[in-house]
Amino acid sequence: MKQLLSGNEACAIGAIRAGVRFFAGYPITPSTEIAEYLARELPRVGGTFIQMEDEIGSICCINGATAAGVKAMTATSGPGFSLMQESIGYSIMAELPCIIVNVMRGGPATGTPTRTSQADVMQARYGTHGDHPIVALCPWSVRECFDLTVEAVNISERLRIPVIVLMDEIVGHMREVVELPEEVEIWRPAQPKPAPEDYYHYDDRNNYDAAIASFGEGYRVHLTGLTHRKDGFPTDDPEIIKWNLDRLRNKIEQNRSWLWDIYYEDIGSETVIVCYGSAARAGMEAKHQFELKTGQRVGIVRLRMVWPFPTERLIALLRSTRRVVVPEMNQGQLYRELERTVSLHVPVVSVQRYDGEMLTPEEIIAHL
Amino acid sequence: MIELKDDRFLDYFRLDERFPHILCPGCGIGTTMATMVRAFLELGIKQDELCVVSGIGCSSRVPGYLDCDSFHTLHGRALPAATGVKLAKPELKVVVIGGDGDIMAIGGNHFIHAARRNIDLTVIVVNNFTYAMTGGQYSPTTPTHERAATAPFGNVERSFDVCFLARAAGAIFVARSTTFHVAHLKKMLELALKKKGFSVVEVISQCPTFYGRYQGIGDAVQMLEWLRARSIDVNKVADPWHQKDKFVIGVLHDQQEIEPYTQLYEEVRERSRGK
Repeated sequence: MKQLLSGNEACAIGAIRAGVRFFAGYPITPSTEIAEYLARELPRVGGTFIQMEDEIGSICCINGATAAGVKAMTATSGPGFSLMQESIGYSIMAELPCIIVNVMRGGPATGTPTRTSQADVMQARYGTHGDHPIVALCPWSVRECFDLTVEAVNISERLRIPVIVLMDEIVGHMREVVELPEEVEIWRPAQPKPAPEDYYHYDDRNNYDAAIASFGEGYRVHLTGLTHRKDGFPTDDPEIIKWNLDRLRNKIEQNRSWLWDIYYEDIGSETVIVCYGSAARAGMEAKHQFELKTGQRVGIVRLRMVWPFPTERLIALLRSTRRVVVPEMNQGQLYRELERTVSLHVPVVSVQRYDGEMLTPEEIIAHL
Repeated sequence: MIELKDDRFLDYFRLDERFPHILCPGCGIGTTMATMVRAFLELGIKQDELCVVSGIGCSSRVPGYLDCDSFHTLHGRALPAATGVKLAKPELKVVVIGGDGDIMAIGGNHFIHAARRNIDLTVIVVNNFTYAMTGGQYSPTTPTHERAATAPFGNVERSFDVCFLARAAGAIFVARSTTFHVAHLKKMLELALKKKGFSVVEVISQCPTFYGRYQGIGDAVQMLEWLRARSIDVNKVADPWHQKDKFVIGVLHDQQEIEPYTQLYEEVRERSRGK
């Protein structure tokens, strides 16, 4: 069935089809439609919607629901995403698989609530304190808001991590005709849980791809934000502190190759546009217009996943390129990541727009 | 009162892995924890039906000693986390324990809204009038003029009355007791745990390490004497809400049960399906 949907609606539908049954949130432009859709649809499928007193309460509430074994999500925008940062750290530390959607708007502070931006890319990576890895997905279309929300749910469950879906005002509010699948592939743990007496919540065997115990199942689970042993209880033993941080890092590092999600075309070209999210729409149009006008091919690399950053993959993809152009709706946040990683092999040019307006193909073409 | 030979009592603790505990000698939190477990036993609340949730602070360490599902969340965030647990698994008995700093200051907003929503939780506020884990700074319940690590010339702020705030925010059961009145405390906890809806028990507790020293009250024994001397039964006062320099103990508010959030939301689910 073809439908005319906004990205926010497609994200909410994707969440329900992927098994999300709990949403806690706080109204904030431009993400509110996700909450509104789920307030209507979650009770119909036996799920729960709650509007909390603030964004801190919202993410703590979904951490609680996740700990009790229900797939949970919240959606917000810049200011709310800032308030959630400490608790995102808790989701990482306690290994609670939940989804945080950030429909980006202009900042800092209240910024421009109704305008678009991609300026939370670095906040998504480093917003919460302490060493930690993160996974963040970046849809460019209504259909991808659906697909990447499903992907976010599956990755979070499989790796026991919070996953961030970085949308933006354009992608969230834009409407497109899409046909969404009724059934989606949902990850299921390969192995059942051991019996309670043999169960360690943070056993290395439970690092990923394993079933985990929830509250109310007789496992007497202990969750804490403190550095913990494999049984979940706090410790300040240096060896275990390191084991814990390595464990958190490794489950992303060791799975990078299947995590990375990159779309690319014509990468053998002299110039390649590296882009993500709604700026990639301008990037793709710039490629087409430039090719029509000049007859020269332009490559495009579109990062559907911005974190973990696909360093080795990009170095390989951009090996025969002469020039990389990075259009973004911020002051060059991911550009710096490319500069740090691929500029040894190829010069990287940043194309920035941060006035709340959408990047245009012309602005990118001027740098091709 | 000592029931160390009672296996059922000891079963509730993670004795092998987690003891000795980190609490200071003479602290009132151990008394609160033991009394809470006795109330669970009295009411037949089994370990596998129970989830104890806390934030950060001395009293928030309690869940880590209990052999049940236990959730040590971030500072101030026990109530929204407990809300998530309760809504996701309404069949669980969810109990929140925390201190005056955790629940009244950083978590104050969550406290009033959880009360307003009538989430079916029992909240035990261990009030020792200070931030003890960080070294005796003044808290939202520290009385005006008293000294603290961050109020070397006396506290200029007015203090919250935990029970008054709870009642105003919509808690359906509110009681106060102290760590001196152990039998009374057990009774208050039982009444709160039996009540369906948002119930609050304020436990006035001694912190001899910081509060007792800063106020010159003395050691744990002297603090217990102080708790006894300052407490007055709710039935012996005309106005339980305005007693200066007294701890009015007993049931301060007990209203008829109203449908808790989980039950009302079940009705939302039915309405959403057009039933």
